[in-house]
Amino acid sequence: MELEKLRHGTELIKRGFAKMQKGGVIMDVTNAEEAKIAEDAGAVAVMALHAVPADIRKAGGVARMADPMVTADIIDTVTIPVMAKARIGHFVEAEILQALGADMIDESEVLTPADEKYHIDKTEFTVPFVCGARNLGEALRRINEGAAMIRTKGEAGTGDVREAVRHMKQIMGEIRQLAGKNKEELIEVAREIEAPIELVMETAQMQRLPVVNFAAGGVATPADAALMMRLGADGVFVGSGIFKAENPAMMASAIVEAVNNYDKPEVLAKVSKGIGAGMKGISIDTIPEEQVLQTRGW
Amino acid sequence: MDGKPASTFSGLMMRIGVVAIQGDVSEHVESLERALDEQGERAKIITIKHSGTVPECDAVILPGGESTTLGRLLVQEGIDDELRQASKRGIPIMGTCAGMILLAKAGNSLVKRTHQHLLGLMDVTVNRNAFGRQYESFETELDVDTLDSPYNAVFIRAPAIVEAGEDVRVLAMIDDKIVAAQQNNVLAIAFHPELTRDSRMHYYFLDMIREKRSSPHSD
Repeated sequence: MELEKLRHGTELIKRGFAKMQKGGVIMDVTNAEEAKIAEDAGAVAVMALHAVPADIRKAGGVARMADPMVTADIIDTVTIPVMAKARIGHFVEAEILQALGADMIDESEVLTPADEKYHIDKTEFTVPFVCGARNLGEALRRINEGAAMIRTKGEAGTGDVREAVRHMKQIMGEIRQLAGKNKEELIEVAREIEAPIELVMETAQMQRLPVVNFAAGGVATPADAALMMRLGADGVFVGSGIFKAENPAMMASAIVEAVNNYDKPEVLAKVSKGIGAGMKGISIDTIPEEQVLQTRGW
Repeated sequence: MDGKPASTFSGLMMRIGVVAIQGDVSEHVESLERALDEQGERAKIITIKHSGTVPECDAVILPGGESTTLGRLLVQEGIDDELRQASKRGIPIMGTCAGMILLAKAGNSLVKRTHQHLLGLMDVTVNRNAFGRQYESFETELDVDTLDSPYNAVFIRAPAIVEAGEDVRVLAMIDDKIVAAQQNNVLAIAFHPELTRDSRMHYYFLDMIREKRSSPHSD
C-alpha cells in the first residue's frame, strides 16, 4: 500500500485510541520492572514518569518529564500502550515524547507547569493527549485545544479520593444541567464556563463529554476505583496507589478486577481481601495551599 | 428455549452479545443498533460481563481494547470456555482489533511475551502491533473482498494475520498482511468498523447470523 494513502493522527484515530482504553486501569510506573508488573496485572496502559506523584510531592523542586532513557526502556519492555507526562505548555517535552514513541501524552499538572498562560496546541501532534480537568469548562477548553481524552485532576499523590470524586461529580452534574436547555441558554452557559459553544452543544446533545473521561488523582484502593466507575468514569488512572502499596502486584490485579466488577459488592469484597495495606496517603486538609497540584492549569 | 416452539416475537428476535469486559463496547452496541435500524430489523443486544450469558446468544462480538487485559479477564470470568463451546456450535463470532488477536490460534513473539490468552478459534497466527505504535496508526480506503467499493478502515495499533490455514478466507490485505479474514463462523477484522458510520462490515456479520439461524443444525 502506498504510504500517501494512509492518513495519520486524525481526530478519529486519536479519540479512537482513548476509546480502546475504556473499562481499563492505567498505572503510573517509573521503570521497566514496574511496567512489567503493571502489564502482568492487566493494566490497559502504563504512564511513564520519573517519580510517582507521592514522591514528587515529598521531593519538591521542579518536576519535569521522565528521563527519555527510562521512557524508552519502558516502551521496549511492555507491549501495552505507554503514555508519558509532559509539563503544561511544554510542547518541546511533548515533541520529545512523541519522537520516543509514547502512545499518548499526559499534559499534566503533576509536573511543574512550563507556561502560566497557554496549554500545548495538541492539534499539532500525531499522538493523542489526555488532560486533567476539575469542571466542564476546563474539560471542554482542553478538548478544544485537541485533547482526545479527559481525566479528573483529583489531588495526585495523596491517596485521598475526595477531590477526584468532587471533580467527577462536578463535570457530570454540569453535563446533566445542560439537558433541556435551548440554544440561547447554551450560549449563555458557554460564556459562563468559558468554553466553545460548539462543544457545549455537542456535550448537551450527547449527555456526556465528547471524548473518553477517566478518573484520576487520589485513587488508592479497589474500592476507590469502583467508586469512580460508579460515578460514571470510563476507566481509572492509578498513580501512587499501586507502587506505594505494600504489595504492588496484588494491589494492581485487585484494582483491575474491581474496575471490571465495580457494580458487584460481593466481588469487590473478595478482591479487596488479603492484598496488603494501601498507600499511607495524606489528607488533603493538611496540604499547604502552595503545594496543591489541581490548581495548576486553567 | 426449553424445546417448545418460539411463539413470541422476542423469542424469534436475534440475540447478539457484545463482550463488555474492556474496550470500545458502547461503540459496538451503537453501530450494531444503527446497522439493524438501517436494515429495518430488530435484535436484542446483550452485554457480556460474566459467565452464563454467552450460551443465550445467537452471535458474539469481541470488541477492540487491550488484548492482554481482555484475555486475562475472559479467563478469570470463565467466558473463554463458553466462547469455545459457542464456536463449536457454529455461533457467529466477530472480533475487531484486540478481538482478532483473541480469536487466533497463535501469536508472534510480542504476543507470546505477555502470556496472552488466546481463544484459538481461527487457524491463524497474529502479529501484535503489526503496523507500529500509535503515531503510526492510520485511516485508509481499504478494498474488502465482500464489498463493491473501498471501506474507510481505521487502524489503531492494529494487529494483522501473518499466517493463515487453508480454510481461512482472506477478505482484505495491506501489503502482505491480512487485515480481515473469515473461517466458517468466525470473522476477524484488524480495523474498527465500529468507529465509522459505514455499516457494511456489520451487514456482513448480520448476514452470517441470519444464515446460521436459517439452518441451525447445519453443523
